[in-house]
Amino acid sequence: MMSANLSAILYLISGVLFILALRGLSSPETSRQGNLFGIIGMVIAIFVTFLSVGNFSSGFIYVLIFLVIGGSIGAFIAYRIPMTAMPELVAGFHSLVGLAAVFVAISAFINPKAFGLGTPGDIKLASLIEMSIGAAVGAITFSGSVIAFLKLQGIMSGAPITFKGQHVLNALILISIVVLTFYLCSTQSSNLFWILIAVSFLIGFLIIIPIGGADMPVVISMLNSYSGWAAAGIGFTLENTALIITGALVGSSGAILSYIMCKGMNRSFFNVILGGFGATEQSSANQSKEQKPVKSGNAEDAAFLMKNASSVIIVPGYGMAVAQAQHALREMVDTLKKNDIKVSYAIHPVAGRMPGHMNVLLAEANVPYDEVFELEDINNDFANADVAYVIGANDVTNPVAKTDPQSPIYGMPILDVEKCKSVLFVKRSLSPGYAGIDNDLFYRENTLMLFADAKKMTEDITKNL
Amino acid sequence: MEIDPFIFRLSIFILSIFVGYYVVWSVTPSLHTPLMSVTNAISSVIIVGAIIAALSGGKGVIFSSSSIFGFLAIVLAAVNIFGGFLVTQRMLAMYKKKKKD
Repeated sequence: MMSANLSAILYLISGVLFILALRGLSSPETSRQGNLFGIIGMVIAIFVTFLSVGNFSSGFIYVLIFLVIGGSIGAFIAYRIPMTAMPELVAGFHSLVGLAAVFVAISAFINPKAFGLGTPGDIKLASLIEMSIGAAVGAITFSGSVIAFLKLQGIMSGAPITFKGQHVLNALILISIVVLTFYLCSTQSSNLFWILIAVSFLIGFLIIIPIGGADMPVVISMLNSYSGWAAAGIGFTLENTALIITGALVGSSGAILSYIMCKGMNRSFFNVILGGFGATEQSSANQSKEQKPVKSGNAEDAAFLMKNASSVIIVPGYGMAVAQAQHALREMVDTLKKNDIKVSYAIHPVAGRMPGHMNVLLAEANVPYDEVFELEDINNDFANADVAYVIGANDVTNPVAKTDPQSPIYGMPILDVEKCKSVLFVKRSLSPGYAGIDNDLFYRENTLMLFADAKKMTEDITKNL
Repeated sequence: MEIDPFIFRLSIFILSIFVGYYVVWSVTPSLHTPLMSVTNAISSVIIVGAIIAALSGGKGVIFSSSSIFGFLAIVLAAVNIFGGFLVTQRMLAMYKKKKKD
Protein backbone atom coordinates (compact mmCIF):
# COMPACT_ATOMS: atom_id res chain seq x y z
CA MET A 1 0.00 0.00 0.00
CA MET A 2 1.25 3.41 -0.93
CA SER A 3 0.46 6.39 1.24
CA ALA A 4 -2.35 8.54 -0.06
CA ASN A 5 -0.16 11.64 -0.06
CA LEU A 6 2.62 10.04 -2.07
CA SER A 7 0.21 8.67 -4.64
CA ALA A 8 -1.49 12.08 -4.91
CA ILE A 9 1.88 13.69 -5.66
CA LEU A 10 2.70 11.07 -8.27
CA TYR A 11 -0.69 11.57 -9.92
CA LEU A 12 0.08 15.27 -10.00
CA ILE A 13 3.39 14.55 -11.73
CA SER A 14 1.63 12.44 -14.29
CA GLY A 15 -0.84 15.30 -14.90
CA VAL A 16 2.09 17.69 -15.43
CA LEU A 17 3.66 15.26 -17.90
CA PHE A 18 0.38 15.28 -19.85
CA ILE A 19 0.54 19.08 -20.01
CA LEU A 20 4.08 18.78 -21.39
CA ALA A 21 2.84 16.25 -23.94
CA LEU A 22 0.46 18.84 -25.38
CA ARG A 23 3.03 21.58 -25.04
CA GLY A 24 5.42 19.56 -27.22
CA LEU A 25 2.99 19.84 -30.11
CA SER A 26 3.79 23.53 -30.55
CA SER A 27 6.33 22.46 -33.16
CA PRO A 28 7.05 19.24 -35.03
CA GLU A 29 10.61 19.11 -33.63
CA THR A 30 9.49 18.96 -30.00
CA SER A 31 6.39 16.88 -30.67
CA ARG A 32 8.00 13.45 -30.50
CA GLN A 33 9.53 14.27 -27.13
CA GLY A 34 6.10 15.48 -26.01
CA ASN A 35 4.54 12.17 -26.93
CA LEU A 36 7.18 10.43 -24.84
CA PHE A 37 6.25 12.59 -21.83
CA GLY A 38 2.67 11.53 -22.34
CA ILE A 39 3.63 7.86 -22.32
CA ILE A 40 5.71 8.28 -19.15
CA GLY A 41 2.80 10.09 -17.49
CA MET A 42 0.49 7.21 -18.34
CA VAL A 43 2.91 4.58 -17.05
CA ILE A 44 3.29 6.46 -13.76
CA ALA A 45 -0.48 6.78 -13.35
CA ILE A 46 -1.04 3.06 -13.93
CA PHE A 47 1.76 1.94 -11.58
CA VAL A 48 0.68 4.28 -8.82
CA THR A 49 -2.84 2.88 -9.08
CA PHE A 50 -1.55 -0.68 -8.77
CA LEU A 51 0.51 0.24 -5.73
CA SER A 52 -2.17 2.28 -4.00
CA VAL A 53 -4.86 -0.35 -4.43
CA GLY A 54 -2.26 -2.82 -3.17
CA ASN A 55 -4.39 -5.81 -4.05
CA PHE A 56 -2.06 -8.23 -5.79
CA SER A 57 -4.40 -11.18 -5.54
CA SER A 58 -5.43 -13.36 -8.46
CA GLY A 59 -7.65 -10.49 -9.65
CA PHE A 60 -4.50 -8.55 -10.38
CA ILE A 61 -3.44 -11.14 -12.95
CA TYR A 62 -6.74 -10.64 -14.74
CA VAL A 63 -6.12 -6.89 -14.73
CA LEU A 64 -2.84 -7.51 -16.51
CA ILE A 65 -4.40 -9.96 -18.94
CA PHE A 66 -7.15 -7.53 -19.93
CA LEU A 67 -4.60 -4.74 -20.16
CA VAL A 68 -2.54 -6.79 -22.57
CA ILE A 69 -5.58 -7.80 -24.62
CA GLY A 70 -6.69 -4.19 -25.02
CA GLY A 71 -3.15 -3.02 -25.59
CA SER A 72 -2.53 -5.52 -28.37
CA ILE A 73 -5.76 -4.59 -30.10
CA GLY A 74 -4.81 -0.92 -29.84
CA ALA A 75 -1.26 -1.46 -31.08
CA PHE A 76 -2.50 -3.60 -33.95
CA ILE A 77 -4.95 -0.90 -35.03
CA ALA A 78 -2.36 1.85 -34.67
CA TYR A 79 0.09 0.13 -36.99
CA ARG A 80 -2.42 -1.05 -39.56
CA ILE A 81 -4.64 1.99 -39.95
CA PRO A 82 -4.09 3.95 -43.19
CA MET A 83 -3.55 7.66 -42.63
CA THR A 84 -6.60 8.53 -44.71
CA ALA A 85 -8.73 6.79 -42.09
CA MET A 86 -7.55 8.97 -39.20
CA PRO A 87 -10.91 10.75 -38.73
CA GLU A 88 -12.73 7.43 -38.32
CA LEU A 89 -10.04 6.16 -35.99
CA VAL A 90 -10.20 9.20 -33.74
CA ALA A 91 -14.00 9.05 -33.65
CA GLY A 92 -13.79 5.36 -32.77
CA PHE A 93 -11.29 6.01 -29.99
CA HIS A 94 -13.49 8.76 -28.55
CA SER A 95 -16.34 6.31 -28.29
CA LEU A 96 -14.12 3.96 -26.25
CA VAL A 97 -13.19 6.68 -23.76
CA GLY A 98 -16.87 7.54 -23.41
CA LEU A 99 -17.89 3.94 -22.82
CA ALA A 100 -15.03 3.39 -20.37
CA ALA A 101 -16.26 6.40 -18.39
CA VAL A 102 -19.77 4.93 -18.31
CA PHE A 103 -18.46 1.55 -17.11
CA VAL A 104 -16.37 3.09 -14.36
CA ALA A 105 -19.34 5.16 -13.22
CA ILE A 106 -21.57 2.07 -13.20
CA SER A 107 -19.04 0.14 -11.20
CA ALA A 108 -18.72 2.98 -8.70
CA PHE A 109 -22.49 3.12 -8.40
CA ILE A 110 -22.85 -0.61 -7.77
CA ASN A 111 -19.92 -0.85 -5.40
CA PRO A 112 -19.22 2.59 -3.92
CA LYS A 113 -17.34 1.08 -0.99
CA ALA A 114 -14.39 0.08 -3.18
CA PHE A 115 -14.04 3.68 -4.22
CA GLY A 116 -14.54 5.05 -0.71
CA LEU A 117 -17.74 6.80 -1.69
CA GLY A 118 -20.15 5.38 0.88
CA THR A 119 -22.40 2.34 0.67
CA PRO A 120 -24.93 1.31 -2.00
CA GLY A 121 -28.07 3.36 -1.56
CA ASP A 122 -26.18 5.86 0.56
CA ILE A 123 -23.58 7.36 -1.73
CA LYS A 124 -22.15 10.75 -0.84
CA LEU A 125 -24.19 13.43 -2.59
CA ALA A 126 -21.24 15.16 -4.25
CA SER A 127 -19.89 11.85 -5.54
CA LEU A 128 -23.29 10.89 -6.88
CA ILE A 129 -23.59 14.15 -8.79
CA GLU A 130 -20.07 13.80 -10.17
CA MET A 131 -20.61 10.21 -11.21
CA SER A 132 -23.94 11.04 -12.87
CA ILE A 133 -22.24 13.79 -14.87
CA GLY A 134 -19.39 11.46 -15.81
CA ALA A 135 -21.79 8.70 -16.85
CA ALA A 136 -24.12 11.00 -18.79
CA VAL A 137 -21.35 12.83 -20.67
CA GLY A 138 -19.56 9.54 -21.26
CA ALA A 139 -22.69 7.98 -22.72
CA ILE A 140 -23.27 10.99 -24.98
CA THR A 141 -19.64 10.78 -26.13
CA PHE A 142 -20.03 7.09 -26.85
CA SER A 143 -23.19 7.11 -28.93
CA GLY A 144 -22.27 10.40 -30.64
CA SER A 145 -18.86 9.06 -31.62
CA VAL A 146 -20.35 5.84 -32.90
CA ILE A 147 -22.60 7.82 -35.25
CA ALA A 148 -19.68 10.03 -36.30
CA PHE A 149 -17.64 6.89 -36.95
CA LEU A 150 -20.38 5.31 -39.05
CA LYS A 151 -20.83 8.50 -41.08
CA LEU A 152 -17.10 8.91 -41.67
CA GLN A 153 -16.67 5.26 -42.55
CA GLY A 154 -19.49 5.60 -45.06
CA ILE A 155 -21.55 2.84 -43.43
CA MET A 156 -24.13 5.50 -42.70
CA SER A 157 -24.94 8.23 -45.21
CA GLY A 158 -23.15 11.51 -44.50
CA ALA A 159 -26.33 13.39 -45.33
CA PRO A 160 -27.97 15.15 -42.42
CA ILE A 161 -30.96 13.27 -41.01
CA THR A 162 -33.62 15.71 -39.88
CA PHE A 163 -37.23 15.34 -38.85
CA LYS A 164 -39.93 17.58 -37.55
CA GLY A 165 -39.75 18.52 -33.90
CA GLN A 166 -36.14 17.35 -33.67
CA HIS A 167 -34.93 20.33 -31.70
CA VAL A 168 -37.90 20.20 -29.34
CA LEU A 169 -37.31 16.52 -28.71
CA ASN A 170 -33.59 17.08 -28.05
CA ALA A 171 -34.35 19.95 -25.69
CA LEU A 172 -36.87 17.79 -23.79
CA ILE A 173 -34.35 14.98 -23.45
CA LEU A 174 -31.66 17.33 -22.18
CA ILE A 175 -34.08 18.72 -19.60
CA SER A 176 -35.04 15.19 -18.60
CA ILE A 177 -31.34 14.40 -17.99
CA VAL A 178 -31.12 17.27 -15.52
CA VAL A 179 -34.37 16.23 -13.83
CA LEU A 180 -33.27 12.57 -13.66
CA THR A 181 -29.96 13.57 -12.08
CA PHE A 182 -31.83 15.62 -9.50
CA TYR A 183 -34.17 12.76 -8.56
CA LEU A 184 -31.36 10.24 -8.64
CA CYS A 185 -29.53 12.30 -6.04
CA SER A 186 -32.53 12.56 -3.77
CA THR A 187 -33.68 8.93 -4.05
CA GLN A 188 -30.43 7.04 -4.83
CA SER A 189 -32.59 4.77 -6.95
CA SER A 190 -30.59 2.49 -9.23
CA ASN A 191 -33.45 2.41 -11.75
CA LEU A 192 -33.10 6.13 -12.26
CA PHE A 193 -29.36 5.67 -12.76
CA TRP A 194 -29.94 3.16 -15.56
CA ILE A 195 -32.59 5.37 -17.15
CA LEU A 196 -30.19 8.31 -17.00
CA ILE A 197 -27.54 6.34 -18.87
CA ALA A 198 -30.04 5.07 -21.46
CA VAL A 199 -31.39 8.55 -22.11
CA SER A 200 -27.85 9.91 -22.45
CA PHE A 201 -27.03 7.28 -25.06
CA LEU A 202 -30.14 8.33 -26.92
CA ILE A 203 -29.35 12.04 -26.90
CA GLY A 204 -25.78 11.45 -28.11
CA PHE A 205 -27.24 9.62 -31.07
CA LEU A 206 -29.87 12.30 -31.76
CA ILE A 207 -27.40 15.18 -31.51
CA ILE A 208 -25.10 13.82 -34.20
CA ILE A 209 -27.51 12.43 -36.83
CA PRO A 210 -28.62 15.85 -38.16
CA ILE A 211 -25.02 16.95 -38.77
CA GLY A 212 -23.72 16.53 -42.32
CA GLY A 213 -20.50 14.80 -43.37
CA ALA A 214 -18.54 17.94 -44.09
CA ASP A 215 -19.25 19.34 -40.63
CA MET A 216 -17.41 16.40 -39.14
CA PRO A 217 -14.35 18.49 -38.19
CA VAL A 218 -16.56 20.33 -35.69
CA VAL A 219 -18.25 17.14 -34.51
CA ILE A 220 -15.01 15.27 -33.90
CA SER A 221 -13.51 18.20 -32.01
CA MET A 222 -16.67 18.52 -29.97
CA LEU A 223 -16.69 14.83 -29.07
CA ASN A 224 -13.01 15.15 -28.18
CA SER A 225 -14.02 17.86 -25.76
CA TYR A 226 -16.88 15.76 -24.32
CA SER A 227 -14.58 12.80 -23.71
CA GLY A 228 -12.44 15.17 -21.65
CA TRP A 229 -15.33 16.44 -19.55
CA ALA A 230 -16.48 12.85 -18.97
CA ALA A 231 -12.99 11.96 -17.73
CA ALA A 232 -12.98 15.01 -15.47
CA GLY A 233 -16.36 14.02 -14.01
CA ILE A 234 -15.00 10.59 -13.16
CA GLY A 235 -11.83 12.26 -11.86
CA PHE A 236 -13.88 14.19 -9.31
CA THR A 237 -15.66 11.01 -8.27
CA LEU A 238 -12.37 9.19 -7.74
CA GLU A 239 -10.73 12.27 -6.25
CA ASN A 240 -7.90 11.72 -8.69
CA THR A 241 -5.76 14.69 -9.70
CA ALA A 242 -4.29 13.11 -12.84
CA LEU A 243 -7.76 12.46 -14.18
CA ILE A 244 -9.04 15.93 -13.27
CA ILE A 245 -6.08 17.67 -14.93
CA THR A 246 -6.31 15.50 -18.03
CA GLY A 247 -10.05 15.93 -18.30
CA ALA A 248 -9.68 19.71 -18.16
CA LEU A 249 -6.87 19.68 -20.73
CA VAL A 250 -8.72 17.46 -23.18
CA GLY A 251 -11.99 19.29 -22.61
CA SER A 252 -10.49 22.68 -23.39
CA SER A 253 -8.44 21.31 -26.26
CA GLY A 254 -11.52 19.93 -27.99
CA ALA A 255 -13.43 23.13 -27.32
CA ILE A 256 -10.69 25.26 -28.90
CA LEU A 257 -10.52 23.00 -31.94
CA SER A 258 -14.30 23.22 -32.40
CA TYR A 259 -14.02 26.98 -32.16
CA ILE A 260 -11.26 27.10 -34.79
CA MET A 261 -13.28 24.85 -37.09
CA CYS A 262 -16.45 26.93 -36.71
CA LYS A 263 -14.49 30.09 -37.43
CA GLY A 264 -13.05 28.43 -40.52
CA MET A 265 -16.62 28.08 -41.78
CA ASN A 266 -17.82 31.42 -40.40
CA ARG A 267 -20.62 29.66 -38.59
CA SER A 268 -21.61 29.71 -34.98
CA PHE A 269 -21.21 26.59 -32.93
CA PHE A 270 -24.97 26.33 -32.46
CA ASN A 271 -25.57 26.68 -36.15
CA VAL A 272 -23.41 23.61 -36.76
CA ILE A 273 -24.85 21.62 -33.87
CA LEU A 274 -28.44 22.31 -34.79
CA GLY A 275 -27.48 20.77 -38.10
CA GLY A 276 -29.27 20.25 -41.35
CA PHE A 277 -26.89 22.58 -43.18
CA GLY A 278 -27.12 22.26 -46.93
CA ALA A 279 -30.45 20.49 -47.02
CA THR A 280 -32.43 23.73 -46.98
CA GLU A 281 -30.09 25.70 -49.22
CA GLN A 282 -29.96 23.28 -52.10
CA SER A 283 -33.11 24.46 -53.88
CA SER A 284 -32.10 28.10 -54.10
CA ALA A 285 -28.61 27.27 -55.27
CA ASN A 286 -29.81 25.03 -58.05
CA GLN A 287 -31.98 27.71 -59.66
CA SER A 288 -29.07 29.87 -60.70
CA LYS A 289 -27.26 26.88 -62.10
CA GLU A 290 -28.01 27.62 -65.72
CA GLN A 291 -25.79 26.19 -68.38
CA LYS A 292 -22.84 28.52 -67.98
CA PRO A 293 -19.79 28.01 -70.16
CA VAL A 294 -17.06 25.95 -68.57
CA LYS A 295 -13.59 25.43 -69.97
CA SER A 296 -12.40 21.92 -69.55
CA GLY A 297 -9.04 20.45 -70.39
CA ASN A 298 -6.95 17.33 -70.10
CA ALA A 299 -3.69 16.37 -68.45
CA GLU A 300 -1.61 17.67 -71.36
CA ASP A 301 -3.11 21.16 -71.08
CA ALA A 302 -2.52 21.13 -67.34
CA ALA A 303 1.07 19.97 -67.74
CA PHE A 304 1.68 22.68 -70.33
CA LEU A 305 0.40 25.39 -67.98
CA MET A 306 2.49 24.09 -65.10
CA LYS A 307 5.66 23.73 -67.14
CA ASN A 308 5.47 27.38 -68.10
CA ALA A 309 4.75 28.57 -64.57
CA SER A 310 7.33 29.84 -62.16
CA SER A 311 5.25 29.22 -59.07
CA VAL A 312 2.46 26.75 -58.34
CA ILE A 313 0.23 26.54 -55.27
CA ILE A 314 -1.49 23.27 -54.45
CA VAL A 315 -4.88 23.40 -52.71
CA PRO A 316 -5.78 19.97 -51.34
CA GLY A 317 -9.16 19.01 -49.89
CA TYR A 318 -11.17 16.01 -48.79
CA GLY A 319 -11.31 14.71 -52.37
CA MET A 320 -7.56 14.14 -52.22
CA ALA A 321 -8.03 11.92 -49.19
CA VAL A 322 -10.85 9.99 -50.85
CA ALA A 323 -8.79 9.43 -54.01
CA GLN A 324 -5.67 8.64 -51.93
CA ALA A 325 -3.87 11.04 -54.25
CA GLN A 326 -1.29 12.43 -51.81
CA HIS A 327 1.61 10.27 -53.03
CA ALA A 328 0.86 10.92 -56.69
CA LEU A 329 0.65 14.59 -55.83
CA ARG A 330 4.06 14.64 -54.20
CA GLU A 331 5.57 12.91 -57.26
CA MET A 332 4.08 15.58 -59.47
CA VAL A 333 5.52 18.28 -57.22
CA ASP A 334 8.95 16.61 -57.28
CA THR A 335 8.92 16.75 -61.07
CA LEU A 336 7.89 20.41 -60.97
CA LYS A 337 10.67 21.22 -58.54
CA LYS A 338 13.20 19.57 -60.82
CA ASN A 339 12.12 22.11 -63.43
CA ASP A 340 12.84 24.93 -60.95
CA ILE A 341 9.22 25.70 -60.31
CA LYS A 342 8.41 26.95 -56.82
CA VAL A 343 5.67 24.88 -55.22
CA SER A 344 3.81 25.41 -51.96
CA TYR A 345 0.68 23.94 -50.40
CA ALA A 346 -2.25 25.95 -49.06
CA ILE A 347 -4.41 24.39 -46.35
CA HIS A 348 -7.80 25.71 -45.36
CA PRO A 349 -8.67 25.17 -41.67
CA VAL A 350 -11.68 23.00 -42.50
CA ALA A 351 -10.17 21.10 -45.43
CA GLY A 352 -10.78 17.40 -44.88
CA ARG A 353 -12.82 15.70 -42.21
CA MET A 354 -10.88 16.61 -39.09
CA PRO A 355 -8.54 19.39 -37.90
CA GLY A 356 -5.12 19.00 -39.53
CA HIS A 357 -6.30 16.14 -41.75
CA MET A 358 -4.54 17.42 -44.90
CA ASN A 359 -1.28 18.10 -43.05
CA VAL A 360 -1.06 14.50 -41.90
CA LEU A 361 -1.70 13.14 -45.38
CA LEU A 362 0.92 15.40 -46.91
CA ALA A 363 3.38 14.45 -44.18
CA GLU A 364 2.67 10.81 -44.97
CA ALA A 365 3.58 11.47 -48.60
CA ASN A 366 6.90 12.93 -47.40
CA VAL A 367 6.00 16.54 -48.10
CA PRO A 368 8.25 18.66 -45.86
CA TYR A 369 6.07 20.55 -43.37
CA ASP A 370 7.75 23.87 -44.14
CA GLU A 371 6.27 23.81 -47.63
CA VAL A 372 2.76 23.59 -46.22
CA PHE A 373 1.06 26.84 -45.24
CA GLU A 374 -2.09 27.83 -43.39
CA LEU A 375 -4.68 30.09 -44.98
CA GLU A 376 -3.58 33.38 -43.43
CA ASP A 377 0.08 32.76 -44.26
CA ILE A 378 -0.40 32.03 -47.93
CA ASN A 379 -3.53 33.85 -49.05
CA ASN A 380 -1.62 36.89 -50.31
CA ASP A 381 0.62 34.72 -52.47
CA PHE A 382 -2.14 33.58 -54.81
CA ALA A 383 -2.07 36.94 -56.61
CA ASN A 384 1.58 36.37 -57.54
CA ALA A 385 1.32 32.69 -58.36
CA ASP A 386 0.96 31.40 -61.89
CA VAL A 387 -1.00 28.23 -61.32
CA ALA A 388 -3.26 27.01 -58.53
CA TYR A 389 -3.89 23.27 -58.55
CA VAL A 390 -7.13 22.58 -56.66
CA ILE A 391 -7.31 18.91 -55.84
CA GLY A 392 -10.36 17.72 -53.97
CA ALA A 393 -11.25 21.05 -52.39
CA ASN A 394 -14.37 22.94 -53.40
CA ASP A 395 -16.36 25.19 -51.07
CA VAL A 396 -13.21 26.58 -49.44
CA THR A 397 -12.23 28.14 -52.78
CA ASN A 398 -15.65 29.55 -53.70
CA PRO A 399 -15.37 33.32 -54.34
CA VAL A 400 -19.11 33.62 -53.69
CA ALA A 401 -18.21 33.65 -49.99
CA LYS A 402 -16.78 37.12 -50.55
CA THR A 403 -19.21 38.54 -53.08
CA ASP A 404 -22.72 37.25 -52.52
CA PRO A 405 -24.33 38.14 -49.19
CA GLN A 406 -27.24 35.81 -50.09
CA SER A 407 -24.98 32.79 -50.15
CA PRO A 408 -25.07 30.45 -47.16
CA ILE A 409 -21.28 30.46 -47.06
CA TYR A 410 -21.03 34.26 -47.24
CA GLY A 411 -18.33 35.50 -44.89
CA MET A 412 -16.51 32.19 -44.69
CA PRO A 413 -12.77 32.77 -45.07
CA ILE A 414 -11.70 31.25 -48.38
CA LEU A 415 -8.47 30.66 -50.20
CA ASP A 416 -8.13 33.38 -52.86
CA VAL A 417 -7.49 30.85 -55.59
CA GLU A 418 -9.24 32.95 -58.24
CA LYS A 419 -6.47 35.56 -58.05
CA CYS A 420 -4.01 33.16 -59.64
CA LYS A 421 -3.17 33.61 -63.31
CA SER A 422 -4.68 30.22 -64.02
CA VAL A 423 -6.59 27.75 -61.90
CA LEU A 424 -6.57 24.02 -62.52
CA PHE A 425 -9.55 22.44 -60.82
CA VAL A 426 -9.58 18.66 -60.55
CA LYS A 427 -13.08 17.33 -60.02
CA ARG A 428 -15.12 14.38 -61.12
CA SER A 429 -18.09 16.42 -62.30
CA LEU A 430 -19.64 19.85 -62.00
CA SER A 431 -21.73 18.84 -59.01
CA PRO A 432 -21.73 21.36 -56.18
CA GLY A 433 -19.94 20.76 -52.89
CA TYR A 434 -21.55 19.53 -49.71
CA ALA A 435 -23.17 22.88 -49.02
CA GLY A 436 -25.08 22.49 -52.28
CA ILE A 437 -23.61 25.74 -53.49
CA ASP A 438 -22.43 26.15 -57.04
CA ASN A 439 -18.77 27.18 -57.17
CA ASP A 440 -18.38 30.42 -59.07
CA LEU A 441 -14.77 29.49 -59.72
CA PHE A 442 -15.79 26.86 -62.31
CA TYR A 443 -17.01 29.54 -64.71
CA ARG A 444 -14.12 31.96 -64.42
CA GLU A 445 -12.05 32.91 -67.46
CA ASN A 446 -8.85 31.69 -65.88
CA THR A 447 -10.19 28.34 -64.68
CA LEU A 448 -9.54 25.10 -66.49
CA MET A 449 -11.64 22.21 -65.25
CA LEU A 450 -9.99 18.79 -65.24
CA PHE A 451 -12.77 16.25 -65.04
CA ALA A 452 -11.19 13.08 -63.68
CA ASP A 453 -10.30 11.15 -60.59
CA ALA A 454 -7.81 13.20 -58.57
CA LYS A 455 -5.16 10.50 -58.41
CA LYS A 456 -5.45 9.49 -62.06
CA MET A 457 -5.29 13.09 -63.25
CA THR A 458 -2.27 13.90 -61.08
CA GLU A 459 -0.42 10.87 -62.42
CA ASP A 460 -1.27 11.80 -65.99
CA ILE A 461 0.00 15.34 -65.49
CA THR A 462 3.28 13.99 -64.13
CA LYS A 463 3.68 11.84 -67.23
CA ASN A 464 3.15 14.86 -69.45
CA LEU A 465 5.58 17.14 -67.62
CA MET B 1 -13.38 26.71 9.41
CA GLU B 2 -11.95 23.99 7.26
CA ILE B 3 -12.05 24.06 3.49
CA ASP B 4 -13.74 21.12 1.81
CA PRO B 5 -11.16 19.11 -0.22
CA PHE B 6 -13.61 19.36 -3.10
CA ILE B 7 -12.71 23.05 -3.39
CA PHE B 8 -9.04 22.12 -3.88
CA ARG B 9 -9.94 19.71 -6.64
CA LEU B 10 -12.16 22.31 -8.21
CA SER B 11 -9.23 24.78 -8.11
CA ILE B 12 -6.99 22.26 -9.86
CA PHE B 13 -9.70 21.67 -12.43
CA ILE B 14 -10.27 25.36 -13.19
CA LEU B 15 -6.57 26.14 -13.37
CA SER B 16 -6.00 23.15 -15.65
CA ILE B 17 -8.65 24.47 -18.02
CA PHE B 18 -6.67 27.68 -18.24
CA VAL B 19 -3.40 25.81 -18.73
CA GLY B 20 -5.08 23.73 -21.44
CA TYR B 21 -6.44 26.86 -23.08
CA TYR B 22 -3.02 28.49 -23.44
CA VAL B 23 -1.13 25.32 -24.28
CA VAL B 24 -3.57 24.29 -26.99
CA TRP B 25 -3.59 27.71 -28.65
CA SER B 26 0.16 27.38 -29.03
CA VAL B 27 -0.18 24.07 -30.88
CA THR B 28 0.67 24.58 -34.54
CA PRO B 29 -2.37 23.96 -36.80
CA SER B 30 -0.47 21.40 -38.85
CA LEU B 31 -0.32 19.18 -35.76
CA HIS B 32 -4.03 19.36 -34.94
CA THR B 33 -4.64 15.74 -35.92
CA PRO B 34 -1.86 14.41 -33.65
CA LEU B 35 -3.25 16.73 -30.96
CA MET B 36 -6.58 14.94 -31.19
CA SER B 37 -5.04 11.49 -31.09
CA VAL B 38 -2.78 12.32 -28.15
CA THR B 39 -5.59 13.93 -26.14
CA ASN B 40 -7.47 10.77 -26.87
CA ALA B 41 -4.65 8.70 -25.46
CA ILE B 42 -4.20 10.76 -22.31
CA SER B 43 -7.90 10.91 -21.55
CA SER B 44 -7.67 7.15 -21.22
CA VAL B 45 -5.99 7.76 -17.90
CA ILE B 46 -9.53 6.89 -16.87
CA ILE B 47 -8.01 3.41 -16.71
CA VAL B 48 -7.08 4.41 -13.16
CA GLY B 49 -10.75 4.21 -12.28
CA ALA B 50 -11.13 1.00 -14.26
CA ILE B 51 -8.34 -0.69 -12.30
CA ILE B 52 -9.85 0.31 -8.96
CA ALA B 53 -13.21 -1.01 -10.18
CA ALA B 54 -11.72 -4.29 -11.40
CA LEU B 55 -10.00 -4.95 -8.08
CA SER B 56 -13.10 -4.03 -6.07
CA GLY B 57 -14.28 -7.61 -5.69
CA GLY B 58 -12.58 -8.10 -2.36
CA LYS B 59 -11.02 -11.30 -1.04
CA GLY B 60 -11.52 -14.37 -3.20
CA VAL B 61 -14.01 -12.69 -5.51
CA ILE B 62 -12.56 -11.87 -8.91
CA PHE B 63 -15.67 -11.36 -10.98
CA SER B 64 -18.38 -9.46 -9.19
CA SER B 65 -20.95 -7.29 -10.93
CA SER B 66 -18.88 -4.19 -10.28
CA SER B 67 -15.51 -5.67 -11.20
CA ILE B 68 -16.77 -6.97 -14.55
CA PHE B 69 -17.49 -3.41 -15.61
CA GLY B 70 -14.00 -2.55 -14.41
CA PHE B 71 -12.40 -5.26 -16.53
CA LEU B 72 -14.38 -4.15 -19.58
CA ALA B 73 -13.31 -0.56 -18.99
CA ILE B 74 -9.67 -1.70 -18.72
CA VAL B 75 -9.86 -3.30 -22.15
CA LEU B 76 -11.43 -0.20 -23.71
CA ALA B 77 -8.99 2.20 -22.08
CA ALA B 78 -6.01 -0.01 -22.96
CA VAL B 79 -7.03 -0.06 -26.63
CA ASN B 80 -7.07 3.69 -26.47
CA ILE B 81 -3.82 4.14 -24.59
CA PHE B 82 -1.75 1.91 -26.85
CA GLY B 83 -3.60 2.84 -30.01
CA GLY B 84 -3.58 6.55 -29.23
CA PHE B 85 0.08 6.93 -28.32
CA LEU B 86 1.34 4.64 -31.07
CA VAL B 87 -0.68 6.22 -33.84
CA THR B 88 0.46 9.64 -32.63
CA GLN B 89 4.05 8.41 -32.69
CA ARG B 90 3.53 7.10 -36.19
CA MET B 91 2.11 10.39 -37.41
CA LEU B 92 4.75 12.55 -35.75
CA ALA B 93 7.52 10.47 -37.27
CA MET B 94 6.28 11.54 -40.70
CA TYR B 95 6.65 15.27 -40.14
CA LYS B 96 9.96 16.14 -41.72
CA LYS B 97 11.68 19.35 -42.61
CA LYS B 98 12.84 20.19 -46.10
CA LYS B 99 16.16 18.49 -46.84
CA LYS B 100 18.88 21.00 -47.50
CA ASP B 101 20.36 20.04 -50.81
